[in-house]
This record gives sequence, structure tokens and C-alpha cells, in this order.
Amino acid sequence: MLKRKESPTDTAFLLTITISLFIVIYILSIIFLGDKGFSKIQMFFNLFNENAALIVIACGLSIVMITGSIDISVGGSTALICTSCIVCLNNYGFNFFTALILALVIGLTFGAVQGFMIAYLEMQPFIVTLAGMFLGRGLVALIEVNQIQVDNPSFELLSGARIQIPFLGDINKRGVFIQSKLEYGVVIAIIVVCVMFWLLRKTNLGRSFYAVGGNSQSALMLGINVKKTRFNAHLLCGLLAGIGGFLYLFHTRSGSVQQATGLEMDAISASIIGGTLLTGGVGNIFGTLFGVLTSGIVLLIVTAIGSQDPWWPQITRAAMLCFFIVLQSIICSRKRK
Amino acid sequence: MSEGRLNIITMQEPLLTMKNIYKSFPGVRALQNVNFTLYEGEIHALMGENGAGKSTLIKVLTGVYPMDGGEIYIKGENRPVHIKSPQDAHKHGISTVYQEITLCPNLTVAENLFIGRNDELLVDWKKNNSRAEGILEELGIPAKPTQQLSNCSIAVQQMVAIARAVDMDCKVLILDEPTSSLDDQEVTKLFLLMRELKSRGVGIIFVTHFLEQMYAICDKITVLRGGELVGEYKVMDLPRVELVAKMMGKELGDLADIHNKAQTDNENTKEVIIETVGLASNSGVKPFDFKAYKGEVTGFAGLLGSGRSECVRAIFGADKVTKGKIKIKGNEVNITSPLKAMKKGIGYLPEDRGRDGIIGDLSVRENIVLALQAMRGFFRPFTKAQAQAFADEYISLLNIKTASADTPVKSLSGGNQQKVILARWLLTHPDYLILDEPTRGIDIGTKVEIQKLVLRLASEGMSVTFISAEIEEMLRTCSRLIVMRDLFVVGELEGDDMTQDKIMYTIAGVNKSE
Amino acid sequence: MTKNNIKPSTQRGVSVFKTISKHRLFIPIAFLMFLLLLNIFIKPGFLRISLGRDSSGNPVLIGNLVNILNNATELVILAIGMTLVTASSKGQDISVGSTIAIVGGVIMRVLCGNETQPTELKAPIILAFLLGCLAGMVCGAFNGILVAKFKIQPMVATLILFTAGRSIGSMAMGGLKPKAVSSFGYYGNFIPGFPIPTPILITILVVAITYIALKKTNLGLYTRAVGINDRSSRLNGLNPAKIKFMAYVIMGFCVGIAGFVQSSRVQTVNPYTIVPGIEMDVILAVALGGNSLGGGTVNMAGSIIGAYTLQTLTSMLTTLNVNTNAVPVFKAVIIILLVAIQTPAVKNFFSNKAKVSKIISNQGKESA
Repeated sequence: MLKRKESPTDTAFLLTITISLFIVIYILSIIFLGDKGFSKIQMFFNLFNENAALIVIACGLSIVMITGSIDISVGGSTALICTSCIVCLNNYGFNFFTALILALVIGLTFGAVQGFMIAYLEMQPFIVTLAGMFLGRGLVALIEVNQIQVDNPSFELLSGARIQIPFLGDINKRGVFIQSKLEYGVVIAIIVVCVMFWLLRKTNLGRSFYAVGGNSQSALMLGINVKKTRFNAHLLCGLLAGIGGFLYLFHTRSGSVQQATGLEMDAISASIIGGTLLTGGVGNIFGTLFGVLTSGIVLLIVTAIGSQDPWWPQITRAAMLCFFIVLQSIICSRKRK
Repeated sequence: MSEGRLNIITMQEPLLTMKNIYKSFPGVRALQNVNFTLYEGEIHALMGENGAGKSTLIKVLTGVYPMDGGEIYIKGENRPVHIKSPQDAHKHGISTVYQEITLCPNLTVAENLFIGRNDELLVDWKKNNSRAEGILEELGIPAKPTQQLSNCSIAVQQMVAIARAVDMDCKVLILDEPTSSLDDQEVTKLFLLMRELKSRGVGIIFVTHFLEQMYAICDKITVLRGGELVGEYKVMDLPRVELVAKMMGKELGDLADIHNKAQTDNENTKEVIIETVGLASNSGVKPFDFKAYKGEVTGFAGLLGSGRSECVRAIFGADKVTKGKIKIKGNEVNITSPLKAMKKGIGYLPEDRGRDGIIGDLSVRENIVLALQAMRGFFRPFTKAQAQAFADEYISLLNIKTASADTPVKSLSGGNQQKVILARWLLTHPDYLILDEPTRGIDIGTKVEIQKLVLRLASEGMSVTFISAEIEEMLRTCSRLIVMRDLFVVGELEGDDMTQDKIMYTIAGVNKSE
Repeated sequence: MTKNNIKPSTQRGVSVFKTISKHRLFIPIAFLMFLLLLNIFIKPGFLRISLGRDSSGNPVLIGNLVNILNNATELVILAIGMTLVTASSKGQDISVGSTIAIVGGVIMRVLCGNETQPTELKAPIILAFLLGCLAGMVCGAFNGILVAKFKIQPMVATLILFTAGRSIGSMAMGGLKPKAVSSFGYYGNFIPGFPIPTPILITILVVAITYIALKKTNLGLYTRAVGINDRSSRLNGLNPAKIKFMAYVIMGFCVGIAGFVQSSRVQTVNPYTIVPGIEMDVILAVALGGNSLGGGTVNMAGSIIGAYTLQTLTSMLTTLNVNTNAVPVFKAVIIILLVAIQTPAVKNFFSNKAKVSKIISNQGKESA
């Protein structure tokens, strides 16, 4: 089987670094912080449990970044999705499925409208999605200013359900074996990751994302419909934002105006750490997944070590991002020579 | 290619007919009532100065621009075709390979061959890669299907682009200046390919500036000038002299004149302006010694990639010097940046006009004044009046065609852009001026103007280095040639030794193994 | 076909309008005028300024217009820096809000030491100002190195300080929330006895310095050249890395001044809530001013007008009792409309009609 690579050294190299780093950090945390809970297997699953939504959203962002665009509205649309779904679940008798459909509709609308403006009206992505972010949060304020919770028994039941992982578990202080638990949201997230991976590798649509991101002029000359490709990328990101938003709701069961602030930056960070270039043309879904996991574990470590000072998590996040950004730039400039 | 065959072809219905084509842009009439006809199995050259409309005609044919008037007919279709996009053009069997590589550098070779060509959902990697392997082998292209395109040389990238067009079973293949970045070997391979396609009945439109290549491969030629059709001719009926005359709309005395002048001048002073001793840079050029005298025109001759540009860039400080020294008027200097070189009296007109020369969105005036301004410093800007005076002086001196000095320089034609850059360096009154491919992609009229200017500058005392891919140009203007091969200086020729043959011989010469 | 059905005077009027509308300040000014008129329409007397007295009996100017000019100060100063950053590095600095938090934190620490409610200044205000500006410039230098030396995209490079800035500000204050003495408040409010709010005076000073800098140095030309084509700029003797770095440091200096004014307004700083979302507002102001976010344009007057426009909009919405959280929605709509008008696609749509009639009327005329 012939191997295919976007960038023989770049992506593979960056991916290797990301994955190795994750493994190293995790192992170190088990060694040094084992007593703070890191040696528990549940910790590993919790990384997924806490970040299912971010994983999906970061995938969407990676796709858009591969085409050379950006979407900073995902935080806003997530907040909107949570709030609207809660209102519908609580007051209008929505259930899991109808709420999911609502979430998808909202996400797709964002994606479609923004995609249209960016792809066909050729407006700058930063500005358009900035407006989208404002719009999303603003609409939340118009719907419900206060924080609200889900008050819908069937939904809460589903949300609270856990998959029991066979054979894996931890022994708690009383010597009782507690099986590891996984939220259903994670399953959805993993499915999304696999589907997106397949899409980017095996479909013409996916390859056209790379082509447009690599050189949109050339892509046009090669017969690719650049506008449609960009539009599709944003639409797809919107769909994933819809799914991700729903997973966010599924996990937190609450909604507010300030919710998910900075989510877009987290998603962008995760993508960059995972080896996606903001300039476009290079990116890998599994890299993004590990980008999310790496950010997640580092944050947990910092909180666990933590002095009372609340500022270390963010500073650590920033330092990590800085490291990967500089690394990417060094690799790319070496390639350019 | 026999007479008889040509006759048979002309009795057939043409493969492609373009009739009465009109196309305008704001303020510019790019095409006026242009006709173009192409037959099967014909290699048809499209030539003309800059601004003649060649590019526009091609872009209209391939659906990049919509035309304002006229009709296009393709053999086998009764009604005129409407080509609305490159994809449309592909559907009608028209493929183009452009001068700038229009492939995606981040994708593999195989992907670049096949992407965008079908509407299928899935990508079959195995099939694509093996098909690609076959195509690459058949055409003798040294690349692997799984290689990332940006890891291939420009020449190979060009060939992949052509391979793609070939594989698309095109009826009409347009090659827009495909040989600019190819060396002679690669050009030969390209021509082999073209002849193969010709025998398969493909009609090829070959847009080029290179007269020799045109005569080597083409059957017919269409000449455009100023957006209008000058005429269509059979190549074998058109002597070189006549062709040049038609393109320039001039008489040919000029060129002969220049040649003579180059011989008589340059009995000048022996003052050394620039001297390099063992100079090498991070571009890979090997340590070289070089002397440039006052009032002399030197040239660097060599194949593509032999290091000509690298040498002059090292002198100018455009690349980082790693070894050796530079002396200016006898004093050793340390040139670490272009600004330092400029302050020492060196000017450099870069090889890649678009990328390294013009600053597109800045006005003509700003482009002209920029280098001198940089030398003056951050805290001493020219007033608008001063800058305008400079601009006016050179616009008239060099006959730069522009709507005004405020026009963004990117809207000027290639030749006029080159004049703007030339003006910029002349304004700095350098002692030593480097011109790297000043006539590339320029119409013949401007080429002659520039060559004349160079000789005049030399006679006024400036030392000039003139690099050109066209040996004849350098023979006409230079009095001494530095010959290079594979990043080494392999010889120096002057006087009677300056002939095309001697140059070729020196380039190909025995290896310097001592 | 004759086109002489239109009267010459109307034709002339149309061509005058065309010339004016092509001027690069046309859209920013037009939009500002439109908003002001809208405000007057909604609330007649909107622009009235009156002289009143504050609680200590000092004379102060009162009025919506005064508020707008006053509150736009930070936005204007930041927009000046952002214009240079955008022009030279083809991207935006999204860390400005977070770096203001750092500047505010440093200033508070200098003025209050370790106390939460000091009764006197722990250090001269001028020192606080200088250290604040220094902090801003250090942040600017950090961003500048990433962008100029490591060639990292501006939005990505500044993402780092965007993430960490507010936390760093909190760290600078040692986790405390001190309040400085009221004399510090002169710079963000009024100097006793002087009716014009101090921030307005500061703005005038900064704008004046900027104007002089643009006129007397090559700041404008160099940043534009580097933003359009930095390879070519280098071969012309410019130093693109130095110029980009300088732009970011200037931005940092602007952040310093803006942070000083902002902390002076209430003499306290909460790093997590200070100037929320201002980075987006600043970028918007620059875009409204007609600058290309892709670099290469320095329309300083446009950015300044854009800043005031944005402030007018915010003020208008507050007057209309629009919920603070919903204000961004209006901003979003305005942004979209404004940017949409300026896109090539829309421009083509409107100019196509003009073009066709021009071609028809030009047939038979000499070419240009």
C-alpha cells in the first residue's frame, strides 16, 4: 500500500511530536502525580469526557483552517445552541432528538450564512465570523439573560448515562473496584473524528480543501470550484459546531451568555498544537484530537500542582501554544529553504 | 513535417476558430477584433509584445475572462461555444499550462495530476498512484507519484503540469511561456512531447518570446500588436528579420547598430569599481573572483541554475556572504544588507520582477523613489513635490507608459514595470549597476531601448553587469563575459572570444580538476 | 447612439459625486454622519453640550457628544497602533485587550504597592505611567519578535498573549484588587477646574503626535511597502523585520497609554473584566476606516473616524436602552453591511451596469 502524505516531513513530524509529547506528559504525570489521581484509569477517560465537545469543534475548525480560512464564531454559536435547546427542552416539550436537530439547524445556519459571505461575497473570514460570534452571544442575551439549567427528565437521564468499560477500572480507597465510565458524548466525538479523517483522506471534497488551502489560484485553474469548496468547508464546520454545541449541552446541561467564552481560541490552539497550519494546506484530524488531549492533560496537571493562584492554567496554555507555534514556524522556514 | 501534410490539414475544418474577439478592462482595450484559427496536429505560435493581448486571448479562450464580443467555434460543435470557466474549457477539450506553476505545492504529484477532474466522491489512492507512475515514466519526468510537489524542482513541476494536460486528452493544448524556467535539455524533452501530441492530432498553441524555439517547433504563427491582429503566417515563409519587424513595427537597423557600438566602445579607463576575492554566499555559489571596471558592461553567461544571479546577489548583499571579500574602489567593505550595498553605490534590478522588484500597490512615483528614500533614511522623507519631480523626470526619460504617477504600479504592463524599476535604480546614481534579466518577458521594442540605455550609461562612466538568458543580447551589449557552470565560474571571455560557440564551449568545457 | 439626454450640469454633479465618493475617507465619514443624524433623529438635542458642575463644584462639560469623545479615547489610541500593525504585518493584534490588563496590573501595583486601599500614592503617577508604557512595549516587543523574526502569522502570534494576558495582569497585582487614591483619577476623568475631560486632551495629543510622525518620517511609506511586498522592500534597502517589530512596539506603547487612561477612570483594575472585547472593536475601527485587513494601507484618519463611529454606535444603543449583551448583535449587523458594501462582488454588481452603458457610449471614441 503506497503511503500518501500531504507533506512528508511537516505533518508527519508535527504529528509525531504532538503524540509523543502527549504520551510523555501523561507518563510523567502518572509518575509524579499518581497520588493526585493521575494514575487512575478514569483520569484518561475523563480527558475524553470533559473534552468531547471541544474535540468535535476543533475538527471543524481544523477543516476550515486547512482551506486557509478561520471561524471564530463557534463559541457564540455553542452558547446559542445550549440556551435555545434548553428553552425548548424545558418549555416546549423537545426531547433528545428534536433538540439535536435544533442544534444542527443552528450550526448549519451559521455555517451556511458565513460560508456564503466568505466564499461567494469574498468577505474576510475573520470579520465575518467575528460578526457571527457577536450575533450568537447577542441572541442568547435576547432569549434569556440569566443562566439556565436543563429541566427535562428524559434528557437528563440520557446525559447522566455512562458506558461501563469492561475490564478497566480503578480501586478506590475502600478497596472497591469501580469500573471506568465513558460518556456517550465521547462515542459521538470519536465517530466524528473517524468520519472526518476518512473524508479528508478519501474523498475528493476533502482533498479539495487541501488544494484550495495550498494555492487557491492553482486550485481554480485545476478545475476545482474554489468558492463551492470554501463554502462547503464552512458548512461542514457549522455542522460540527452544531454537533459540538449539542455535546456541550449534553455534558454541562446549562446555558448562559458567558458560556463557552474562548472556546474558539481553545479549538484553534488545539488545531495548531495538532499540526494544522493557519496558512492552510496542512492539517491532520488525529493531530487535532491529540492537540485537544494534550491541552487537556496539561491543564489538569497545572490545576493539580497548583498553588492557589488562579492564573497558572491560562499562562501554561499560552506557553504551550507558544512552543508549538514557534516549532511550526521553524520547521516551515526550514522547508522553505 | 512535410508540405503535403500541411496542405491536407488546411483543407479540413479548423479545430478551433476565434472570430472578432473583443475584450476591455477599465481604461484598457486588451483585444480588438482579433481572429485566431488552429488546426488539428498544428503547433501554432502566438507572439507579440507586452500589452499585445496574448495573455488576454488565452484567458478568454479558457474561460478565465468573459469576452465582450466575438465567437468561438470548436470542431464538431455547430453553434458557437460559451466558455464560462476553466472547467468549461476542459469540457470542450481545451487545456492550459501556464507560466506560473498552477498546481498545489502541498499536494503530491499524483494528486496534482488527477484532482479536480472528476466528480466522483471517493479517491482511489492506489489507482491514482499507479496511473501516475505510468504517466511519469512515459513522459520521462523524474518524480515519484507520492512526492510532495513543493519538493520537486520548478522544471519538474512544469512538466507535471503538462503531463496533467496531456492526460486529459485535450484537443487544444495551450502552453503559455512554458520554457521560461527550463534548461535546454528540458526544452528538448518538451518539444519531443509536443511532437508526439502533434502526431496524435492535438492542436497546440505555443505562447513564447523565444524566437529560436518558435522556429524550431512551430508550423504557424499569429502576431498580435496593441490588442489587434497583425497577421497569421506560415513559419517557414517568415524570415526572422521580418518577424521581428512585424512585432516591433520597426526597421531592423537598430539591432545591427547596437552590435557595432559594443565593439568600438569600452577602450575606457581601467579603474576597478568592484572587486570580489573568493566571495561565496549561503545561496551555494562557490567562491568567485570578479572585477568590474568603470564604464564597462560585463555579463554573466551560463545555463539555468549555474549561479549567475547568485553571484550578483552576493555582491549586493541580497544573500548572506559566507566567505571572501568585496572591495569597492579599492577599499574592503563588509556588505551585510542591500542597504549597505546601496550606500556604497551599488544598484540591483532583480531577476523576478513581480516578486522582488515592484511593490504592486504602491504608486509609480513611490516605486521610483523608494530606493533613494531608503538611502536617505527614516527621518527624512521626500516631500510630495520632490518625489513627483523625480517621477516626472524618469517617466519622460524612459518613456514609461502610465496614466499618471499615482497609478499603482501593478496595473502597468510588464515592460513598463521594468522601466519603473530601472528608473528607481538610475535615480540612485550608482557607480555599479546590476541588471539581472532586465529584458525577460518584455516586448522587443523595450528590449532594444534597455540595451541602448545600458550602453549609454557605460559610456557615461557607470559600470554595469548585464545578465540575460539570451546570449545574443549579452553579446550585443557586453564587452566581457563571465561564464558559469554549476555555481562555479569557469571562464572569462572578451573581445574576439565573444561568440556564441565559444561561450557554449566554455560552459561545456573540461572539468576544473586541478 | 447618443447619450446626450442627460443635462451637462447633472453630468457634472454626478462626476463630482464620483470623485468625492472615491476618496478614501468618504465611506467612514458618510457612515459616521449617518449615525449622528440617526441619533439626532431619535433623540433631538443629542448633540447638545452644556456646562455643568460636578460634585466638588468644578465646571465640567456635559453632553452625549462629550461622552462619545471621552469614551472613544482608548479605541482611538489603539486604532492608531493597530493600523500600523495591520498595514505592515498583514494581520491583526488580538492581544490588545489582554495586554491592557497587564498594563493596568502594573500601574496598580506601582501605585498601591501591597495595600488594597492605600491612602497615598506609593509612587509618582508619572512613574506608573512610564512603567505601564514599558510593560505595554515589552508585550509589543514579544509579539513583534514572533511576527518579525519567526515569521509567524500575526493572529496566531498574538493569540499567545491573548490567552495569557489577563492572567499575567492578575499575577502582577498579586491577586489583589486594589483601589488607588482619587488623585490618580484626574487622567481618566477631569482635572479639577478644567471642564474638558482629560482623556479628550490626551487623545488630541496622541493624534497630533501621530500626524507629525506620519508627516515627518517615512513611517507610512515603509509600513505600507513592507506590508505589500516585504521581499521587494528588502531589496530596496528597507529592513522589513525591523519595521514590523517597530509597528508592534508602537502598538504596545499605545496599549500603555490606553491602559493608563482606562485604569485612571475608576482608579481600579479587574484584569478579567477590563475592556472586554476591545480587540475586536479596534480591528473593526480599522476596517471601518477603509484599511485593508490584508495589509498595505495606512489610512490613519479613516481608523480614527472608524473608532469614533463605533463609539457613537455603542452610545446610540445605550441610549436606546438596548441590553449590553445584545449590543454586539447590532455591531455584527453593521460590520457585515459595511464590509459587504466594500467587497469586490458587490462593487462589481453596481459597477457592471455603469460599465455596460459606458462601453456602448464609448464605441467610436478614441481609446484612452
